[in-house]
Formats: sequence, structure tokens, C-alpha cells
Amino acid sequence: MGELAVILVWPALAGYLEAAVAYVGDGVRPGRLSRFAIWGVRIGWLAQTALLVVQATRAEGFPWGTWAGSLNLFVWLVVGAYLIWGCRAPFRLLGLVVMPLAAALFTVAWLSGGAGDEGRSELGDIFLAFHVGLILAAFAGFTLAAGLAGLYLWQERRLKSHAPGVLRQRAPSQLALDTLTGRTILVALPALTLGLAVGLARLGSEGGGFDAVMAVALLTWVAYAAFLFLRYEAGWRGRRTAYLALAAFALVAVALVPVAHF
Amino acid sequence: MHLVLVGTSHHRAPVELREQLYVSAPENPELVRRLAGEEGEAVALSTCNRTELYVVDDDPEAAQERAFAELAALGELSESEIAPSLYTLTDEAAAMHLFRVAASLDSMIPGEAQILGQVRAAYETAKEAGTARQLVHRLFRQALRVGRRVRSETAIGENPASISSAAAELAERVFGTLEGRRILVLGAGKMSDLATVNLISRGVESVFVANRSVERAERLARRFGGRAAGLDAVEPELEHVDIVVASTGSRGHVLSAEQVERAMRLRKGRPIFFVDIAVPRDVDPAVNEIEGCYLYDVDDLERVVEESVAGRREEAVRAEAIVAEEAEGFRAWQLSLDVVPAIASLRARAESIRTSELERAEGRLGSLSPSERRAVESLTAQIVNKLLHAPTVRMKQAAAAADGVVYADAVRHLFDLDDRDSSARQPGE
Repeated sequence: MGELAVILVWPALAGYLEAAVAYVGDGVRPGRLSRFAIWGVRIGWLAQTALLVVQATRAEGFPWGTWAGSLNLFVWLVVGAYLIWGCRAPFRLLGLVVMPLAAALFTVAWLSGGAGDEGRSELGDIFLAFHVGLILAAFAGFTLAAGLAGLYLWQERRLKSHAPGVLRQRAPSQLALDTLTGRTILVALPALTLGLAVGLARLGSEGGGFDAVMAVALLTWVAYAAFLFLRYEAGWRGRRTAYLALAAFALVAVALVPVAHF
Repeated sequence: MHLVLVGTSHHRAPVELREQLYVSAPENPELVRRLAGEEGEAVALSTCNRTELYVVDDDPEAAQERAFAELAALGELSESEIAPSLYTLTDEAAAMHLFRVAASLDSMIPGEAQILGQVRAAYETAKEAGTARQLVHRLFRQALRVGRRVRSETAIGENPASISSAAAELAERVFGTLEGRRILVLGAGKMSDLATVNLISRGVESVFVANRSVERAERLARRFGGRAAGLDAVEPELEHVDIVVASTGSRGHVLSAEQVERAMRLRKGRPIFFVDIAVPRDVDPAVNEIEGCYLYDVDDLERVVEESVAGRREEAVRAEAIVAEEAEGFRAWQLSLDVVPAIASLRARAESIRTSELERAEGRLGSLSPSERRAVESLTAQIVNKLLHAPTVRMKQAAAAADGVVYADAVRHLFDLDDRDSSARQPGE
């Protein structure tokens, strides 16, 4: 691993870990640590951005073609997507889901060599940039949607059980969480569609068999397409769509493992 | 100059006395002018919970007497009658009290938002009346900063402190903003009225009042520009409203779970928030089990308020630390007032000696070029600055340790200084 890459891994990891710990602390005693948490997210994400830039400039081809490299890029996309919402006070609680996950996945990516600057796939660079990039961007969106759905269910349980401290923890409204879950998936699904289309086009032109990776990816697409249909056409709202978003995300988690075989 | 506070608040005086001592906006400027006199400063802070007179004077006892007399006159009472209800604080203690007031730590409900605006209004009135000078400017600007810091650095004002505001905040947790939301009010009593007022203040758009007596329902609906009907019109309305406030005097449930379930099928998953503040309850508790329905009764709301007030008290501990830190800053500034005139006089004396000696040497320096002349000017100024640096620092340190007066007197004596003749820079400017 290049020296500069190593130098950048540490602040990224430290930022994410600090944010994860601060969010847990903020969950226990609301309002005290959220500012530290968001700064951890920002610093970690900026360091990881610099790391990705170093990887992109030093690698001979697409630097995130390996499983660990993809994971590195995936973490960056998830945290980047979170930053869009996480900077707004009511959505900071989402960090309790996102940041421990990001810290854990980034650690795995690093230990598996995905944060170095030697990564290179044997597959074509442009194909990988579109295929892997789009699919990972979609997966990042689905992860965020799952976080929003989880937050919806957690808050619903607190509201329904009349938890006395329900107002002490800052959180978005149920309606906002429900709407954002739907919108995030609405944006992420076209990215997945395009990513899969690029993959299928390459399969058509260069040949090859239909494997388990493709099956899970297509199943994921079907699950999220069904989500959008039920949410926007059949009028599903609230708890049912939250469970559906979480169930579909289970497929994303399954699909992320075979990405190792790219 | 000394700061004297004489006043009373909800801690000491019943509402009847507070009413008598209230200083109205038109009365305030005249009152502070009388309190300040020719040379002094004064501010009158008067709210529904307190009337406090802040007076700055060289003679603290005289200031206290004037404030006592003014308050007795306001209450139309003798000074001995009013004395048990009043408190008097001076200098640092008075400043700390004002900081606690501005931070809403002395309010009936810690964290209430109005007090900071009231402190600002009192200060503005004093400025317009010409009774705010150096000490009042510093004191009140710092008090306003304390209030802002406490609001931004703690969560003291973030949670509800009444049942109606708790209901409104819970509704916001479901819907986000309440702007444009529709509300169904069951019953036309006082409690419905209070809850509805709170919801309307947060943007609720339309109100539908249903009551056993349609006439009473119409009366309440007219207040809010809404519609009214009997209780039999409730079920069809459930399809369209977002919030239901129930407070009838009915003995049984006015809304059953079956009615709500039927309505929810028509609402296509849109949530609905029920506030049942009636005893006995108007809404079947089973409604809370229906997906998309959130039901809070009066006990649930009271628990939320209790938790919220407890949270405010926890935050108050953090706020007290901010107040103490700011009070220490004010104390240091006030103590520095003792030495700043002496320092300014010392520097003025040194500067006058330097310039007069340069003038005396004018004949011998006449042959110098302009740049050589500037070098001599600079050299003499540096010598003066270096000589005065250590005594200046020591005097400031002594001021912080409350020995400032002794050191200032010693310097005045040793250098034969007179503050009145110096062009002393005013501290804090």
C-alpha cells in the first residue's frame, strides 16, 4: 500500500469511528455530542475522498474493481449520501445506523487491501466504472433508505408505546421519514437499472453464463421495483413500506458479498 | 461605580403584588431617569413574573434607597410593608442574577423563550431614556449574550412544558410542520379550546368542531373560523382530518376502534394523531393499535411533560455553568475599572514627559534628517513602552485578584498622578 494512502486511511477511519462513538453517546444523552459526530463524519469523508483521489491517480486502471476496493467506494458513497441529510439536525440520528456500519465496512475494506493503490481488475475500465459505480451508488441509496426505514420503525414504536422521552431525542417526523425512504429508492433504482443494463449488454456482446451474482442483483431490482409500485401506485405508506425497504435491503446485503467475484 | 439591584419576582411576591409593581412601557423611561439622576445609570425590567430595578451609582446605599422608594410608590405601600417581598443584590451578585434571568434560569418554567426579549426591551428603553452608559451597556450586552449562549449551547428550551404544547409537538413528530393540517375537535370545552389554540398557532389550517350541543360547537368554531356539527358527523370527517382533539364530557367512548379502522381504509395509509384529554376517555384505547394511528391520553401527555421538564432541569445545570463563566468575566471587567484610569494616567504622564523632552531637545536635533528624526521618535516611544509594560501587566493582575485599588493608589501616589487630568481610555470601549 502506498505511503500516502496509508496516511489518508487513518484520519478517515478515525473520523468515522469518532462519529460512530459520538452518535452512540448522543443516543444515550441527546444533544451533547451530535456536533462532534457530524465533524467526525465530515473529516472522515474528506480524508476518504482524498484517499480515493490518490487511488484514482496512482492506479493504472479502475482502482475499485476488487471486492475490497468496491467496498471502499461503497462506504464513500453511503457516507456522502448521508452527509446530504445528516448535516440537518433532525436527521443526525440516522448517523447511529450509518456511521458504525461505515466504520466497520471501511475497516474491512482496508484490512482486505481495498484502501491501497494497487487495485486493478482484469475487466475493462469503462465497463467497470459504469457497472460497478452505478450499482454501488444504487446500493448506497438503498442503504440510506434502509436507515430511514429503520428510524421510522424505531420512532413509531416509541410513539406508540408513549415513551415519555420521545420528544427529547431530535428526529425527523414520521411523514418525512416515510417520504424520504420512498424518494431515496426512487432515485437509487434507476442507477441500479442502468448498472444492470450495462452488465447485461456486456454479457450479450462478450458472452458468459448467468450466475448467482446476477440472480441476486436482478432479485434486488425486482424487490425495489415492487416497493415503488406499492408505494406510489397501490398507496402503501408507513410501517408496511418501512418493512418492505428493510426486506429489500437484506437482498442488497446478500448481493454485496458476491461482488467479490467481479 | 457600584451596581445595585432591587426587585421582586414570583419567588417572593404573589401575583397581586407583582401586578401592583408592574412598570408599564410608557412609565418606564421616566422611572429610569428618576433612578439614574444626573450621573448614574438605571434599567427597569418589568414582566408578569418580576419587577427589577438595576441602578449604577457611586453610593450603593443611596441607589438602594431610591429604588426602594420607587417600588413602594409603584405599589402604593410603605417601604416597611414592601421590604419583605424585595431582594437587594450588589455588583457581582446583581450581575449574576441578571445573567440567570436572561438565561431563563430564574423563570417559572426554565427555558421559556420570552424573557430574553423582555431583557432586551428593558435595555433598549434605558438607552432611549439616556440612562444606559458604560456599566449598563456592558452588563446588558453580556446578559443578552448569556441568554443566546444558553439557548444555543444547551437544549433548555427545546421540549414542551405544558400538555397542549406537548400534544402539538407530538403531532409535529408525526407530520412535521402542522401548516395546512386539518383538525377535528370533539367537545367545545376549555381544554379543547386550549389545545386548539396551540395547534392553530403552529399553522393548522382548518378546524371542524363536533359537539353534542351544536350551538356550543358553532360558538367555538366561529372563534377559529371553522365549521361545526353534531357528534353524528364525526365518522365521515375522520377521512379528511389529520389531528383529532377529544375533550367531551361523555361517559363512554365517542370514537370506537371500528369507526377509526373504517376511516383508515379510506385514508390510504395517511396517519392520524389523536389527543384524548377527556376523563373518562373519548377515544377507544384500541385505536392506538391501528397502523398509522397515534393516540395520546391525558396521562400519556403528562408523562411526556414531566420528562421534558426534568430534561430542562438537567440542561439548567449546564446553563448555570455558562452563567458562572460569564459572571466571572464581568467580575474581572468590573475590577479592572479600578486600575484602568491609573494605567491611562501613568501612560499619559510618560507620554507628556517624552514629548516635552523631545521639544526641549529641538535645538540639538535640528540637524537630523527626517528619517533620523523618526528613528529618535520611535526609540523614545519604545523606551517608554518597555518601561511601562511590567507595571501595566502587574496592575491588571492585581485587579483580577481584587488588589487593584491598592496598586492603583500606590501608582498615583508614586507618580503624582491625577485621573481627571488624564485622557484615560474608558475600559470596555
